[in-house]
Amino acid sequence: MSRFFTEAVLIGTVASGIRLAVPLLVSSLGEMYGQRSGVLNLGVDGIMLLGAFGGYYVTLQSGNVWLGLLVGIGIGIVLGAASAVISVSLLAEQGISGIGVYLFGLGMSDLLFQRLVGTPRPISSFPKLEIPGLSDIPWAGEMFFRHSVIVYLAFLAVPLSMWVINRTTFGMKIRAVGENPEAADSLGVSVSRVRYATVIIGGTLAGVAGAALAIDLKIFQSNLTNAAGFIAIALVYFGAWRPLGVMGGALLYGFVNSLVLQFKTLDIIPNSWSDIAAMAPAVITILALVLVAQRFRQPAALTKPFLRGR
Amino acid sequence: MTTAGASLRSRYLAYLVPIGAVISALLIGALMLLLLDASPLEGVRAMFQGAFGSWSALASTALKATPLLFVGVGITIAFRANVINIGGEGQMVAGGLLSTVAAIGLPDLPAWVMLPVVLAAGLLGGALWGAVPGALKAYYGVNEILSTIMLNVVAVQLMNFLLRGALIDPGEIERGTRIPQTARLQEGADLPLLFGSGRFHVGPLVAVLAAIGAYVLLWRTPLGYRLRAVGQSVDASRYAGIPVKRTIVVALTLSGAMAGLAGAVLVFGSESHRMVTDGSTAGFTGSAGFNGIVAALFGGLHPLWTIPASFLFGGLLVGGNALQRAVQVPSALILALNGLVVVFVVASDRTRKRLRDLASRVEATATPTSDLPAGVPPPDGGGL
Repeated sequence: MSRFFTEAVLIGTVASGIRLAVPLLVSSLGEMYGQRSGVLNLGVDGIMLLGAFGGYYVTLQSGNVWLGLLVGIGIGIVLGAASAVISVSLLAEQGISGIGVYLFGLGMSDLLFQRLVGTPRPISSFPKLEIPGLSDIPWAGEMFFRHSVIVYLAFLAVPLSMWVINRTTFGMKIRAVGENPEAADSLGVSVSRVRYATVIIGGTLAGVAGAALAIDLKIFQSNLTNAAGFIAIALVYFGAWRPLGVMGGALLYGFVNSLVLQFKTLDIIPNSWSDIAAMAPAVITILALVLVAQRFRQPAALTKPFLRGR
Repeated sequence: MTTAGASLRSRYLAYLVPIGAVISALLIGALMLLLLDASPLEGVRAMFQGAFGSWSALASTALKATPLLFVGVGITIAFRANVINIGGEGQMVAGGLLSTVAAIGLPDLPAWVMLPVVLAAGLLGGALWGAVPGALKAYYGVNEILSTIMLNVVAVQLMNFLLRGALIDPGEIERGTRIPQTARLQEGADLPLLFGSGRFHVGPLVAVLAAIGAYVLLWRTPLGYRLRAVGQSVDASRYAGIPVKRTIVVALTLSGAMAGLAGAVLVFGSESHRMVTDGSTAGFTGSAGFNGIVAALFGGLHPLWTIPASFLFGGLLVGGNALQRAVQVPSALILALNGLVVVFVVASDRTRKRLRDLASRVEATATPTSDLPAGVPPPDGGGL
């Protein structure tokens, strides 16, 4: 155990925890927009998988990670729009339709990977950006200020989302549509337009999260996300539909996963026990779901399709 | 007369929607084959041959359909009580694990004792894994979609933990290979083989019996009546004195029990007769926890219609492997198409209901009298 409490290991654990939190943070923030407007998108994992494959494949072909990320964004927009058509225009049962999107993404990304790539080949990853000055602070510098650009962007999205949701007209419309679509509609807010916007934002961020995951790991494989998209959905509840809460949940997963990895590499605990450790965030999330259900109220119109005049 | 005509029409529509969804998905599949430079005709022929073309193909299809049917029946029970169970994957794992523990923990017993015991253990494991989100929903207001998803995550870690640790084949440790799998489980628990074939076991028959049992339960017992009543209206059920919370727990428990049986059948019907993990749920379940939802939807959320629906989707999955061999298109294509089927069915479902509402409103203006008061669902004789 003493091997764990060395400076380098501790700093490394925190730093990699922050890095591992990024795909969850990004996809979960995106999902939050949809849920605040009343749409539960269960297809996040499928969009992430296709975004991950797209990002991986384009980076592999072009050698340019930014092009890869851009393709992830594009895939996210397209699948977000498709999800919006399904749940907003066609009023599909949200508890099921997203599972269809998930299965589609899971199968399609695997199909494309096997067909176009076959054997996994590593790609380049995001460049590191050391923040001048801050990165030289002992301990904190290495933990927080020597990450790749995508990490800073992901965490900047947290205050940005707080501002959008709480301080802008768009955010007010999102909340109105999620709480009382009939009232919003009667005041001239287009419920479907707002929901299209939020679901597309969610899809975009899921695509980004997937591409960022693949580029960060420098690899793609079948089911790369390993249900991260589903955890992201639960984290929105975990965070009680607030950006800071979502960030807390993502960091919890990031740190626990990073700890488990450290334990494994240092061989501190028997290998099989790391599975139990990896179980901890899921169990904590379930407990948090109970607490949140007691203390907070979910957006009143969540999972309820809106049809004017009904 | 007009209402009878309308209900007949809507009934036809009800059958046409899922069939249309599958046809659309298959057309998209054919298009994708074209894009991947493979002949769709050859692909379809290979799939059909591989899934339904011979006795051995039919046997494979029935075996593949078995977990889909169990899970699909479970989904149906939950859905009738208006509960969405996304946790089939985790419940299958829990059922597989508990039945494996039973087979390892108990001394070697004759098959007529052992077989019911391991199946019951599978049922119990899945039931427990379903009862938890049921209780969380009923008593703490936790959304069951979320809790079942998270329990899938917990189940896979539990499986990896047990199969790498307590349940691992001692031989794997001696040899140092440490493959996370159990030893060959006791022979008393092997699912009996039928028709003298090397692998066709009683699993599919058990699944069909479970489907019939679920039908009887839902439409011929007081409990089934309560489940469906809660699914129709929580408020009305409460007013009628139905214990709503307990019924919700029962719905998810039964739903999980079905998936748990699927897990046990996967373990004891496997050709290696052991439980193995590749680290993911799909490695054990073959994504049946999700594909079972597809079968249930296609079967109109009716346990008996889920039987042919599961057979069809089992055939698609088996045919997918044949497709891969014949035209070198990965069988993952089938998973993607299954996803499209789900999307098409649920997206058209609401649209269909809207059309029907519209039609009935138009008809209602013509014939204002109805023998049922508004808001009361018509008596449902099982929908068959």
